[in-house]
Amino acid sequence: MSELGIVYALLGAAVAVLLSGTGSAIGVGIAGQAAAGVVTEDPSKFAKVLIIQLLPGTQGLYGLLIGFITLSKIGVLGGGLADLDVQTGLLILAACLPIGVVGLLSAIAQGKTAASAIGIVAKKPDQFGKAMLFPAMVETYAILALLISFLSVTGIQV
Amino acid sequence: MSNTKYTYAVARIRALETSLLTDGVIGQMLGCPTVEQAMQLLMEKGWGSGTSEEKIEDMLACEEQKAWRVIQDTAPDMKVFDVLSCPRLYHNLKAAVKAVCTGSHVKDIFYDGCSVSGEEMMRIVENKEFDRLPGRMPGIAREAFETLLHTGDGQLCDVMIDRAALEAVQEAGRQSGETIIREYADTTVSIADIKIAVRCSRTGKSAEFMRSAMAECEGVSVDQLIRAALSGEDEIIKYLEGTSYAGGAAALAESPSAFERWCDDRMTESMKPQKYETFSVGPLLAYLLARENEIKTVRIILTGKQNSFPDDAIRERVREMYV
Repeated sequence: MSELGIVYALLGAAVAVLLSGTGSAIGVGIAGQAAAGVVTEDPSKFAKVLIIQLLPGTQGLYGLLIGFITLSKIGVLGGGLADLDVQTGLLILAACLPIGVVGLLSAIAQGKTAASAIGIVAKKPDQFGKAMLFPAMVETYAILALLISFLSVTGIQV
Repeated sequence: MSNTKYTYAVARIRALETSLLTDGVIGQMLGCPTVEQAMQLLMEKGWGSGTSEEKIEDMLACEEQKAWRVIQDTAPDMKVFDVLSCPRLYHNLKAAVKAVCTGSHVKDIFYDGCSVSGEEMMRIVENKEFDRLPGRMPGIAREAFETLLHTGDGQLCDVMIDRAALEAVQEAGRQSGETIIREYADTTVSIADIKIAVRCSRTGKSAEFMRSAMAECEGVSVDQLIRAALSGEDEIIKYLEGTSYAGGAAALAESPSAFERWCDDRMTESMKPQKYETFSVGPLLAYLLARENEIKTVRIILTGKQNSFPDDAIRERVREMYV
């Protein structure tokens, strides 16, 4: 049994959760600042700006999902660690990278877009639907990364 | 993440922009037959302290305070707004120097909302503690005080402090590190120089006097402006046609009030792109200028109506609104 294999696989799970979680925290933080600014002046817009603020939070959930699947796959959650060689460990690490890296960057970008969209709601609350679409477009790329990470992690034979 | 430090402030400003006066509301005010009805319209829009029987000046002063309070509450760094408070600070200095030198104590001559209050400024000038003043103010304060005391020439004192104020605006613009603030500062100084040139040309002032009153800027050449002013107002217009103030040349040819209006409208127009900014100080500056612009316009309309000016005379002085 190569101990390095399981280390690489665990590193993959950590990368997926850490990077996407950090991205979401920053993104939600940026959007939250904008939301707080609007609610300071107009508390009636709380529900609308809260929904937009939460949009960059999804990357963190995607990272968690991939991390969870990875941990299950390598037996960390089910008890009985899988016997992984270095190559398989590295494969799992590589499979986790898309959601980690794309999750980090897309969540920050989405946070900034959400802050701008909150500006739309502040001035024209009736345009909430359109305002939601702009940050939602960024989500597309996080979903693509999630898809690739999911297919890769589940496709690797342990 | 440093470029997101204005996120909260800008979002709050976006919410506040919905309560700015539009051209439509200004039109409604113009249509009001009496000043009382125009003030009632403003009160319905949330202007003033909410008390009935409020005077025009009290209402406008209240709105100015509200605008500055918003910026003080939201801006992460008030230093970048020195460019707007500089003229007020130097006005306070001028008022204090004159009050102390002439021994008069007139009420309500000081501006609020700057780093040295009126009372504090009076104490500094009375005790000649000029070193307590910020930035480059101690030197000019001492010089202006001595000049007025020894010569009794109020205009010379005004010119010295006004020029120092323009230089302080230019310096504050440079030190802000924000392009929009630097451009605003340069436009402010350029327009002030043009106004000085026009007034000096009309009153036949010398080149030395103009040089002592004008501050260097990027928008216009002080030397060329002085040469043009010495040759007459038409030469100033001709010179401006070759600068970025060409539109102002046409307004200047029309009337002084048209030029004043053009200056304010140009500033408003240059600020409009800030409506689409989310992460910079620009929207804060634009909001503050928009508030100042609407307060100025409301003052023109109310005082015009109070003094029974013809509607056309008021209308030609009305500024373009930001929203």
